[in-house]
Amino acid sequence: MSEAAVVTRGTVTVAAERCKGCELCIPACPPQVLRMSEAHNGLGFAFPKLLPGCTGCGACLLVCPDFCFEVYKYEEPIS
Amino acid sequence: MTRRLLEGSEAMVEAALLAGCRFFAGYPMTPFTEVLEHFAAKLPAAGGTCINAESELEAIGMAWGALATGARAATGSTGQGLALMQESLSEITRAELPLVVFHMARGQGDYYQATRGGGHGDYRHPVYAPVDVGEAVELTQQAFDLADRWRNPFVLYGDYLLAHTAEAVAVEPLACPPIPEKEWAVDGSLSGSGRSRNVNSLGMTKGRKGIEPEAFWQRLQAKHDQMAVELPRFEAEHTDDCDLLVVAFGSLARFARHAVRELRRDGARVGYFRPVTLWPFPTEALALAAQGVARVAVLEQNGGQMIDDVRLAVLGSAPVVPIGGISSDDAGFGMGPLLDPVNVRIRVSGALAGTERAA
Amino acid sequence: MKVDETIRTDTPPERAARKTGSFLPRLQLGADHDLCPGCGEPVALRILLEAIEAVGCAENSIGVIGIGCYTALTPLMDVDLVQALHGRAPSLATGAKRMKPETLLFTLQGDGDMVNEGLQEVLHTAARGERVTCVLLNNGVFGETGGHMTSTTVLGQRTKNTLEGRDASYHGHPILIGDLLAQLDGTAYAARGAVYDAPSVARTQVMLRRAFEAQLSGAGFSFVEILTMCPTGWFVPTAEGPGYLSKVMGSVHVTGELKRDGQFTPTRELPPPEGVE
Repeated sequence: MSEAAVVTRGTVTVAAERCKGCELCIPACPPQVLRMSEAHNGLGFAFPKLLPGCTGCGACLLVCPDFCFEVYKYEEPIS
Repeated sequence: MTRRLLEGSEAMVEAALLAGCRFFAGYPMTPFTEVLEHFAAKLPAAGGTCINAESELEAIGMAWGALATGARAATGSTGQGLALMQESLSEITRAELPLVVFHMARGQGDYYQATRGGGHGDYRHPVYAPVDVGEAVELTQQAFDLADRWRNPFVLYGDYLLAHTAEAVAVEPLACPPIPEKEWAVDGSLSGSGRSRNVNSLGMTKGRKGIEPEAFWQRLQAKHDQMAVELPRFEAEHTDDCDLLVVAFGSLARFARHAVRELRRDGARVGYFRPVTLWPFPTEALALAAQGVARVAVLEQNGGQMIDDVRLAVLGSAPVVPIGGISSDDAGFGMGPLLDPVNVRIRVSGALAGTERAA
Repeated sequence: MKVDETIRTDTPPERAARKTGSFLPRLQLGADHDLCPGCGEPVALRILLEAIEAVGCAENSIGVIGIGCYTALTPLMDVDLVQALHGRAPSLATGAKRMKPETLLFTLQGDGDMVNEGLQEVLHTAARGERVTCVLLNNGVFGETGGHMTSTTVLGQRTKNTLEGRDASYHGHPILIGDLLAQLDGTAYAARGAVYDAPSVARTQVMLRRAFEAQLSGAGFSFVEILTMCPTGWFVPTAEGPGYLSKVMGSVHVTGELKRDGQFTPTRELPPPEGVE
């Protein structure tokens, strides 16, 4: 990933405790800002963590089988 | 009220409409077909729907969906079609839906199917076997009422003779107390409220994973045990004063009753017992009636089916003998030579021999 | 990657922001289900419940549910439901809709349920033009029993009873149920969608809305097939589910609209999905 300034237009809230580690959100994210964690949740699965650059598009929410995402769009983007 | 000449099929359909039946689905098959025809002719004018289903399997499915919305609904067929419906009949019973089934059989060979049920698991549905068109009109309405009270299917066991014999009947409404609100029914109105419902046979509920079939099915069994206590019905004559007790059901019982009355007039000590409910079988009443009797004769038009229940009721207090048998017409519709007053009298008389008590 | 580059996601944002997507649709009571990681059926559930809301029927709908893995999702659905037997849902839907014609009536069935056990039911319900919407979750296997061949399993697909891969000479060919239904005059709308990525999920939701609108307008029977991932039943790693769906399933069960405004487009005439030759 480039070290240049990344614009972040949105963000997500992740219900990490119910993630089953399917990782479908990772390739679904158009700006590719989701990575699976090193840690594991109470179910024993890694879960998604968010990097800068989220656009708030909601793709992760659409593909998640466990309803782990809530999506927000910032009023003012973060550079 | 005026009496009209109506064949059994038509009278039963009119009775169903009086009882508030507003949905019927069926598939033509002799001798049930006229039931479907009469529903098709009469239901739309009563504000109901009659669907020609693509097979018996779908007919009972359609009635199931209509029942789930809280409507009074029915289906029917003859033995072969009822055979196709058995899985659904079991599930509908376990989902506690008030289905009424018009089983117009080809004779009496479907007794096992009707009373034991050919479906899976532990379930029971009462079976009414009318003796004539007049009783069929009453029992049809009774079936719709009790089906709603108990939240259980009820089967009406008729046959070719009942379906196609026209008798003078007055189809009058049966007075029944109002039934409770169907809070379990789904009509879409609780969707989105947090209190939506799920009509199912496993005890599934909203907001809780999994099922608890054991508790659900045990509760169902307790209900069926209670039905077995409260619902038996029978008709009997001269049972306290006979050496031979004749047991018969349905249309054939009409011939048995006639033979018993004739023989009685001629001085024979013969009695008559007719289960009106094939399930729950009136076991206690028959046991009582068989006390002090020298012989019990079972007149049924099959290879011996109700005789099992008679033996269980009599429990050895008297010998139980079959005097009926398989009897059918050339088309296999059950209109056999046994359905004849002279033949039946001969069978009953034959059973009388040797039953005279020592003076 | 340094841990401190990641953004906190366990609470809603502190900066001013507009919520554009909720955890759950309005008609969903919770998220706790035991379906496999990577299963496509809960993804389909979301867009189904959102479509019911989108056409204004959140407080006026009845669902008839078939038997399969998806049956376990019923405790989460805040919709009046009737549980049917395997294959029978369209018959129950027929009876229920005739008694409650003002409701939005849908079925939810798997491919084993609808195309194997219940092929007769769905064909006749469509032929009669019943104003119901049948929704098919097609993953090409009997998932709940452990991954066995159904009539939509594609040639070459390995299942527990086609261990060497489905062979046309022994196991026959898959049935494209959407084509059978779309040809019937009673069918007003028929479409096949999928949930392998965000764009396909979004396109499929449009199909569901169009199907419901066809029902509500009284135009006739409507049908939406939704291809869903079943990595467990396909014996592939979870992450390979979407790729298997779009390439293996999707090259046979091609996505697109099969019947719309009286026009029938058979599957073989649909353009292939993006990224598939």
